[in-house]
Amino acid sequence: MKALPDKFVRALKVPVFLAGLGPLGVLAWKATHGLLGANPVDVITRSTGKWTLTFLLITLSVTPVRKLAGLSWLIKFRRMLGLFAFFYGCLHLTTYIWLDKFFDVQAMLHDIAKRRFITAGMTAWLLTLPLAITSTNGWIRRMGGKRWQKLHRLIYFSAAAGVVHFIWLVKADLRRPLTFGSVLAVLLAYRAVTWVISRFKTRTTVAVTTSA
Amino acid sequence: MLIKKPNDIPSSEITPKSSYINRRTFLTGAVAAGAALAGGLYLRSGQYSPELATVEAAGSKLTGIVKSPFSTNEKPNTFKDITNYNNYYEFSTDKYEPAELSKNFRTRPWTVAIEGLVKKPKRLDIDRVMRLSALEERIYRHRCVEGWSMVIPWVGIPLSAVIKAADPLPSARFVAFETITAPDQMPNQKRAVLDWPYVEGLRMDEAMHPLAILAVGLYDEVLPNVDGAPLRLVVPWKYGFKGAKAIVKISFTDKMPPTTWNKLAPDEYGFYSNVNPNKDHPRWSQKTERRIGEGLFAPKHPTLMFNGYDQVASLYSGMDLQRNY
Repeated sequence: MKALPDKFVRALKVPVFLAGLGPLGVLAWKATHGLLGANPVDVITRSTGKWTLTFLLITLSVTPVRKLAGLSWLIKFRRMLGLFAFFYGCLHLTTYIWLDKFFDVQAMLHDIAKRRFITAGMTAWLLTLPLAITSTNGWIRRMGGKRWQKLHRLIYFSAAAGVVHFIWLVKADLRRPLTFGSVLAVLLAYRAVTWVISRFKTRTTVAVTTSA
Repeated sequence: MLIKKPNDIPSSEITPKSSYINRRTFLTGAVAAGAALAGGLYLRSGQYSPELATVEAAGSKLTGIVKSPFSTNEKPNTFKDITNYNNYYEFSTDKYEPAELSKNFRTRPWTVAIEGLVKKPKRLDIDRVMRLSALEERIYRHRCVEGWSMVIPWVGIPLSAVIKAADPLPSARFVAFETITAPDQMPNQKRAVLDWPYVEGLRMDEAMHPLAILAVGLYDEVLPNVDGAPLRLVVPWKYGFKGAKAIVKISFTDKMPPTTWNKLAPDEYGFYSNVNPNKDHPRWSQKTERRIGEGLFAPKHPTLMFNGYDQVASLYSGMDLQRNY
């Protein structure tokens, strides 16, 4: 395991944070320079949606990458990355509520009940909400590490709902949603495999101790 | 496949636009010059150079365009928006990419086959199709099934003029349209995104309705490739995907012809596909539409039955439009 001095991690957080704001910066720049094309709302919706999923997948990559590459310090970036996923998810949802539905509550309720891709998207966002709220050190302490970790497994379901939301909304070309889907499948498969291995290990340890 | 060009039309036959409309009433239409472009291309040489023709076609001005009472007085979208935001799945499933990808699409020479249950099957060069009737400006509302809309100043000829020229048999009840198959030019035709070639269809009475046109131009110019050059169907009371682009075949049948989106998802796209705010797409509402070009914070417009073209309602009297969507 390569340890990295805290000072270095703290310094690295600045460019990572700025990079996380990059997609929003690009959108803002395009919007103020009239470069969002014929249907700006569509571009904003798609871009914020794409970055929500992207940050969810990056967040989910932290554990496999740090375990496989032995970069344990990566964990220090996970919260920020997860919060960026939540941030872009909120922008995505705001675009829908404001620029698509213009705060028409009835139309939105109708949408959520009737349109399965909206239902899936709304589910994906709702699942990230408790994770964002309990992302502070205080909450980790209050909940205790084990319970906190259990709660934060909701991110698996949120990412899955996000991919389903994308699949259900396209008309014919599934390449992009399926690309996100395959990456997510690999990341979840890693968890499944490590879980099975750890179960196997504990069981053999138990077996060894009892037989001894 | 290539049909030999008719002999050059002498310049004396290039009629002043003001006079040819009258003359058309007693001419068979074979020689009356409709578009200056067409004439210009013919005159250049007997031999066609496709490259030259394409370059000339793009952006060429059309003249002698007649105004139409069917045009809306709503403000048309900009040329830029109309040519940079649309669905053309043969090129890309993205709405911004087809503009660039279709730039070098060859629209000359181009032959349209008119066949099936007709007395006069034909293989017409596109420049002859353009002269079957006077070119008319038709400023139409365009409603995409995805929930956005534009106002588009098409230039075209009534579809009925082509139908009449083909003289359909009484047994012909439907008209089917087919888009070109050209995977070497249309990158997405190499993938099975849709079942190529793109096919569409209309009932005969729909096709004969004066609102239905074959567009060959936009904003006084030859139709840009991205919008379906050289020949596309425009049926303003139906969702945009009914407007087959780059048409190479028009055939007359006695059975309802298959249509591409219906084959892909029959529960989402019916044969008729009339604009109908009361019949939602299974996955989204059709009650409102976003008018392109109005900006980020502009409220959506309510979608109108038949896209506001009430004069077609009689075509569907007695039909259950919830079931026949």
